[in-house]
Order: sequence, then structure tokens, then C-alpha cells
Amino acid sequence: MAFLLPLAPLPSTSHWRRAAACCAAAALFAAAHATPAPQSAVATVDLQPGYRVVPKIPNGTKTTADHSKFKELQGPFQSGAEVTAACLRCHTEAAAQIKGTIHWKWEQVEQDSKRIVGKSKVMNNFCVSVPSNEQFCTGCHVGYGDAKSAEFTAFSKRPDTDVDCLVCHDQSGKYKKAPYQSGNPPTSRIEMPPGSGKFIEPIDLAAIAQHVGAPSRANCGTCHFSGGGGDGVKHGDLDSSLIKPNKALDVHMDAQGLNFQCETCHVTGGHQVSGGHYKLDAKHLGGQYVRGSQHNIGSAASCQSCHGDTPHKGSLAQDLNMHTNTIACQTCHIPEFARGGVPTKMEWDYSKAGQRGPDGKPLVIKDEHGHPTYLGIKGQFKLGEDVVPDYTWFNGAVKWMNLGENVVPNEDGVIAINQYGGSPTDGKSRIWPVKTMKGTQPYDPEMHRLLAIHNAGFDDAAYWHTMDWQKSIAAGMKAAGLEWSGKYTFVKTTTTWPITHMVAPKDKALQCAQCHTEHGRLEKIDGVYIPGRSKDHQPWIETIGLGLAGLSLAGVIVHGGIRSMLWLRRRGKSDGQKH
Amino acid sequence: MAKTQHVILFKRFERFWHWSQAALIITLLFSGFRIHGLYQLGIDFLTALRIHRVAAWSLVVLWVFAIFWHFTTGEWKQYVPTFDKIFLVARHYAWGMFRGESHPYHQTPARKHNPLQRLAYLWVKLMINPILWISGIYLLFFADWGTWPMWKQWGISLQTVAWAHTIGAYMMLMFFIVHVYLTTTGHTPLAHIKAMIRGYEDDAPHPSPAQGLPGAQPR
Repeated sequence: MAFLLPLAPLPSTSHWRRAAACCAAAALFAAAHATPAPQSAVATVDLQPGYRVVPKIPNGTKTTADHSKFKELQGPFQSGAEVTAACLRCHTEAAAQIKGTIHWKWEQVEQDSKRIVGKSKVMNNFCVSVPSNEQFCTGCHVGYGDAKSAEFTAFSKRPDTDVDCLVCHDQSGKYKKAPYQSGNPPTSRIEMPPGSGKFIEPIDLAAIAQHVGAPSRANCGTCHFSGGGGDGVKHGDLDSSLIKPNKALDVHMDAQGLNFQCETCHVTGGHQVSGGHYKLDAKHLGGQYVRGSQHNIGSAASCQSCHGDTPHKGSLAQDLNMHTNTIACQTCHIPEFARGGVPTKMEWDYSKAGQRGPDGKPLVIKDEHGHPTYLGIKGQFKLGEDVVPDYTWFNGAVKWMNLGENVVPNEDGVIAINQYGGSPTDGKSRIWPVKTMKGTQPYDPEMHRLLAIHNAGFDDAAYWHTMDWQKSIAAGMKAAGLEWSGKYTFVKTTTTWPITHMVAPKDKALQCAQCHTEHGRLEKIDGVYIPGRSKDHQPWIETIGLGLAGLSLAGVIVHGGIRSMLWLRRRGKSDGQKH
Repeated sequence: MAKTQHVILFKRFERFWHWSQAALIITLLFSGFRIHGLYQLGIDFLTALRIHRVAAWSLVVLWVFAIFWHFTTGEWKQYVPTFDKIFLVARHYAWGMFRGESHPYHQTPARKHNPLQRLAYLWVKLMINPILWISGIYLLFFADWGTWPMWKQWGISLQTVAWAHTIGAYMMLMFFIVHVYLTTTGHTPLAHIKAMIRGYEDDAPHPSPAQGLPGAQPR
């Protein structure tokens, strides 16, 4: 009967047809054993097929249009905007779609809290703040600004041709935005930094425009792998190792296996990309959330979208499945982050910045792998690889501090720039793995606010250029339209980041005993009974229980001792009487 | 050789029941306290959990048979409490035993347990076992019904149930320690244990045949 099993998963097969198929298979099976001749016939029926094969995601090359044949794309193009103009001739709605997204606006209203979030509004503890630094920061914006003018043109006031199609759709791998050019690609030779004698060579926009397609991991990674100012810096679970990951690094994105692209999970339609860290689906209520099902209006980019919330199979299925109510999939299935050989920044101390080397240039100290641990212009870093996450109750809501919000440090002297919502009792939370980024950054001790700084640029106030905090903060706060007292100090800050990429194969998932033990992974988590950790014991039960058991043992030992002693004495006496 | 008199105190099923139950309870105590985190050595959490679960289900099956046996044979009457001679028996354990006095309770197959034993076993059956089993069944099926809303309404959580299970476990541990010690209090240290294996007890070499404390008895 074993061959019934592989046939069972056939979709939409009626019972009769299934029965017929079974009979046919049985006949073939029997025939194969009866005579050696019809073996070729048997080979056509795979009696032991593998699990349903997921086809590799077609990537770029399988579209119905060959863009290299389009006369509109023959070039030559003098600027990125000219390419966009060509794109928009056919893709008429694309620019308008992009301009409605957070990818363009860098801000959005978070629907639950009604707070404005987005990188141009919130504080952070990497490069601290965007205002005054746009020429540099917009190297990761899906648009083109004015590379020559120091004035920043608001995204909302830019024409449609300022949308950058190529940064997401280039499949040649040759497209790049030049630093300090307001998001523009190099179309002529650019000396960078100015006066350094180093040049960025121009790129052939026509050749790139002819090789466009659906975004690959490398496209998204152009910005998302480099958040915080460099490869792997910000997130810890997103870095360049995911361009071609192996199975151990990410079981879904495995380039030799399932080869998921970002949009496989972050399903996108009309340039609206699902999923994002300003608001997450931390816990699904109501079971599976499969793509295409009617109630999945949110198109959640979550594990449950495909796996449901009872995904485990085998003898431990029930035990593991009951964990999904309180524990996010990521907690067990992403045992460590930054596993791909690219370190992530765990600490960034701006207060240590400012040192110069013997040559008068900002000091640079690198670790044995060549990753900087100290930069005169940025301060001291602590890097991490294979990092064990922190864990926290999380209901998907994140409260970010906006620029200019007043705040005082907590009793530990730390300001939490973002706070994760959630509790063991709200019914909406699960235990999530997170990266906690620790920063030390400028703070106004009189007006009690974190300070925006001007760091990127080649002007007198740019901290990365002149290393003068007073000027840098003045310029940053002015650009942000905020007041400050004119005094600054440094304060410790944290930001919390969800860990959700770099899903390990199942044999690399956490083992029971990594949490069900003393001082395990979830030692700091309250509000849930975890068998195996003494934190959850009732101290009176343990004390009285062990105490009474101990007294019982002592009691029987004493009782037995006296009994034996007296017995020996009696025996001695009776022996004496016999003699 | 002195003539030996065989009084069958423990029937074959009773002995099978006793020893398999003993083995299961020892297993449950060891694996349970490992799951609980009382100690971390020897076996890992998952192995302990699996052992605990198999042992628990085995004990359930054993009990189904044992309960059936008790009621069909009328052996359940062995546990009806009595205070008759209870002070004599207590005095024996506290005093007489040390002086080598013989046990004041005369044991017969119909009345195997002395009054203190009856009370102890009744305590096990009406207090320790129900605590362990009610909480234990909740824990066994927690995966299935742990999220039912009624538990919250009733103020029952995994924690409270686990604590109750722990209370039961400590009481069982205490019972186990004392029980094992009392098996050595026959006319020879191994007399009761042998009886629980063979079913009958050797006569005491001294007067008063068939006297002694069948400490190593079933509950």
C-alpha cells in the first residue's frame, strides 16, 4: 500500500480517478515484479516522488518583452531621468505608483498609531538623521535629485522623470548611484571626494536600460543590505551574503535551491511592496494566512502566509505546534543573525569620534578582517557575527521617536529611540528575536532632545569633513527646522530591529534545551511558563517540597540507624548470653 | 530446616502491578524533575520529556487494569481506613521496633495493611494521585486545549497547573522515600521485598508466625 501515499497529494483528483490511478499504479507495480520487460513503463510512473517540487523563480529572462530590442532604449542617455522618461512611455503608471510609496516619500502615516514614520522623520542611532545630509542619503532613494545644487528638493515636488527605475530593475548588475550626487548615477567622470584624485567612472545607461527585469535580491540589497552606511551594518539579517546565499544561510533564498527573491514573500503589486518594519504581523490571529485566500487582504509577508500556524510534522508536531501561539517562527528558526560572513554593527559610539592619526587625517582602526572598528569621523564601533538575538514580546507595533521629540534618558541613562509594543497578556504578541543596536549620540541636555547632525558633505559644517560637533549640530538642527540650546552632550540610545531573514534549515533550528533550561535563550522573558527554568518555579513549593523530602530522607536514615544500632547491641547481648 | 509456611499475600497480578508501577514512578520522578529543571545532568530536556510521556501513558494503561482488578476482586476494601490499633502500630514504629518487639498488627491476606498503611495509601490514592493525574492530563493535552478560553476564565494557566503537578511530585517523592525505607522493617531487612517478589513471606524465625509489616506493598 505504500504507493498510495505518493499519489494522495494529487490536487483536485476525484475519488474515482484517484482509485483508478491507484489501480493503474498497482498493475504497473505488479507487472514490474512479474517480468523484467516493462521496466521502461514503470519508469514513467514515479512511485516515490519527492515532496512537491517548487519551481525556481524565473528571474528577468523569461518575460515576454526583450527590452534590448526597444528603439526607445537604444540611447544614448545623458541622465537617469532620460531613461525614466523612456520607461514611462510604455509603463505609464509606474512613476505615479512609486511616488505613492514609502520608497519614494520616506515617510508614511502608520495606520494604528497615526504617527508619521519613515526615515526622513524618525531618529536613528546609525547616521542619526537625514535632514541636511540628503545629497548623500539619497544615494539610497528611488529617485534623482539635483546633483549640483546644495538645496534639497522635496520628493513631493519632483517630476515623474525623477523616479529611478533602474536601481530596482537593472539586471546587468552595472547600475550604480554615485555618492553625494543626490541619487544620480555617474554619467561623467566624477572626482570623489573632491580634490582627492580618485574618480568614479561613468556608466552606460543605454546598455543597462536594455537589461531590465523584475527585481532580484541584489537589486533590493543595493539599499537594504547597506542600511546604516555599509554592508550589513543596520539590520544584521540583511547583508550582501544574501545575494547568493547557500541553504545554511537561508533555506528559502538558497541560490542553488528554492532561490526565493525578495518579492516571493514581499509580494508586490503596482509597486506596492508588502511587509515592512514600521508595522509587522507579529502574530496571526485566525490560523493560516495563505496567499490568495480571501481574508488575506493584508498580503502579509510572513512565515504563516505559506506555512500556516501549525507547520510542524513528525512525532514532535504537536509539541512544536503549540509553541506557535507564543513564539514567533523566527525565534527558533533564525538561531543567530549575521551568519553569512558579513558583520553587523552592534554598537556605534559617536562620542569617541574626532581623533586624528599621525598624518593628520581622521584615525582609522580596523580589525583582523579589515572591518573598521574605529573611524575618526564616526567614532567607535562594535561589530558582531553569528549574533544570538535578544528576545522580546512583540505585537507588531513599533513606536519610533521622531526628530525633535523631547525625551529624557531612563534610569540606566539610555534613550530608546524605538519601542516595541507587546506583552504576554495582550493576546496579540509573540516572542520575537530582535537586534538591539546600541548607540551613543549627541543630545541636548537643556532642551532634552536628541540632536540632528550634519555629517555628510564637503562643507565646513559636515562632521565627516571637518569633525566639528558645534557646527555639525547647528547645521543639522537648522535643516530639520528644530531649535536647540546650543549645548550638546552624548547619550546612550537603543534601536530595536526585527530579525526575520536568514532562516536556517530545520536541523539548524533551536533545540528544546536552548530555552528549556537554566539561563537559556528566553531567560529574560516574563509572562510565560517555560518548563526547565527555575525562574518559573514557585519558590515555596520548591522549598517546602525539597525540604520535606530531605527531612523524610534524614528521618528514615536516623530511624534506620538507631534500629540497626540497637539490633547490633541486642545481638551482642544475646550472643553473650549464649556463651 | 525450619518448616516454612507459605501464606500468599500478594497475587501474581498484584506483584506485576506493584513492580511495574514502581519502575514507572521512579522513571517519572527522574524524568519529571529533569523537565522541571531541578537538575540538568544525564539526559537532555527532550529525551526526558519523551520518557515522561511514554511512562505516563504506560501508567494510565496499567491503572486501567489495576482499577478493574481492584473492583472485580474486592481488593479495594484493603484501603478502607480504620483507626483500630492505630496507636499501637504508631508506638511500634516509634519505640517497639527499636527494642526488637514484634509487630502488633496481625497480617492476613484479607487484611494486608496495618492501620497506618491504610491511611498512607488512602492519602496516596485520594490526594497525591489525583493531583498528579488531573494536572498531568492537562499537561499531556496542553497542546490541544491549552488555548481554550475557559482556562483563563477559571484562572487556570500552564503555570498554576505545573505548580500543582510539582506539589504532587514532591509528595510522591516523600512517599517513595518512606515507603522504600519501610520495606526494610520486616523480620529481616529483605523480608518484605522478597514477599513482594515471591508473593509470600517466610515465617519469622521467632514466635508469632505471620507477623510483620508488609511494608513493600502495593498502594
